[in-house]
Amino acid sequence: MMNEKEVNVFIKGAKNYFKTVSQLDVEIGTPYLVNSREAAVGDYTGIIGISGERKGCVFVTAPTAMLRHLVVTLGDDGSDNELVRDVIGEVANTISGNARSEFGPDFMISVPVVVEGKPQMISVPRDLMAFVIPVQWNNYSLFVVVCLE
Amino acid sequence: MKLLIVDDSLIIRKQIERELKVSGIDEIYLAVNGLDAVKKCKQYMPEIVTMDLTMPEMDGVVCVKELMKINPDIMILVISALSDKATAIQAIKNGARGFICKPFTEEDLNKAITKLLEDARKIIAK
Repeated sequence: MMNEKEVNVFIKGAKNYFKTVSQLDVEIGTPYLVNSREAAVGDYTGIIGISGERKGCVFVTAPTAMLRHLVVTLGDDGSDNELVRDVIGEVANTISGNARSEFGPDFMISVPVVVEGKPQMISVPRDLMAFVIPVQWNNYSLFVVVCLE
Repeated sequence: MKLLIVDDSLIIRKQIERELKVSGIDEIYLAVNGLDAVKKCKQYMPEIVTMDLTMPEMDGVVCVKELMKINPDIMILVISALSDKATAIQAIKNGARGFICKPFTEEDLNKAITKLLEDARKIIAK
């Protein structure tokens, strides 16, 4: 089960990502636990599997409009759906990878898997609670969801 | 000089290509994973490479070793989200000449590539 300090690693990662790429600060909502072992998702979700000393997953889920805006902020064409799909995977990869500065090299991350569309929910690993971190960037809401043993 | 950009993310490949403002890079090639990078390295013989680490098919750690076998003088800059010191040290031990962490700024990128270009020129001059 994760503790508060570990949740803060991912909050720090989200803040650092958006500040670096957009020079804008994000607002972080109060993290909460998802009791149902399932978390609601946005239009696109980038999922990173975690293995090694810790097991579980990290995913970042966001609406299409926010991702189009982010692609434009990065200097590209926001109407290109391939880039919109790609960028959510890169956000998830960067936040998860940056967590190794705290968790160490045995915090192994997978390549991102991107889920498009809006399924009702994504199941998190069985018997684990997921921390949902609400993030507000540029008036858009996205969520970083962390589920670790 | 020739630059090979290796990253499985399209948006990162485009970002590196677009933000590169240093003079002296004449040709840029792109690779989507480690296997593709080995193929492109043999084909185009780049002097400078930017290398992601977490990639499908062949990851960046293995790829750095493979590229060093093809050209021991190749200048590899690792650009990765893996921010722990051990990973950076391992990349350098394998032969990489520099490491920058994602997310990166245009300034971070250009500073690191400028340094690599200087080193590459010194090797060519020998």
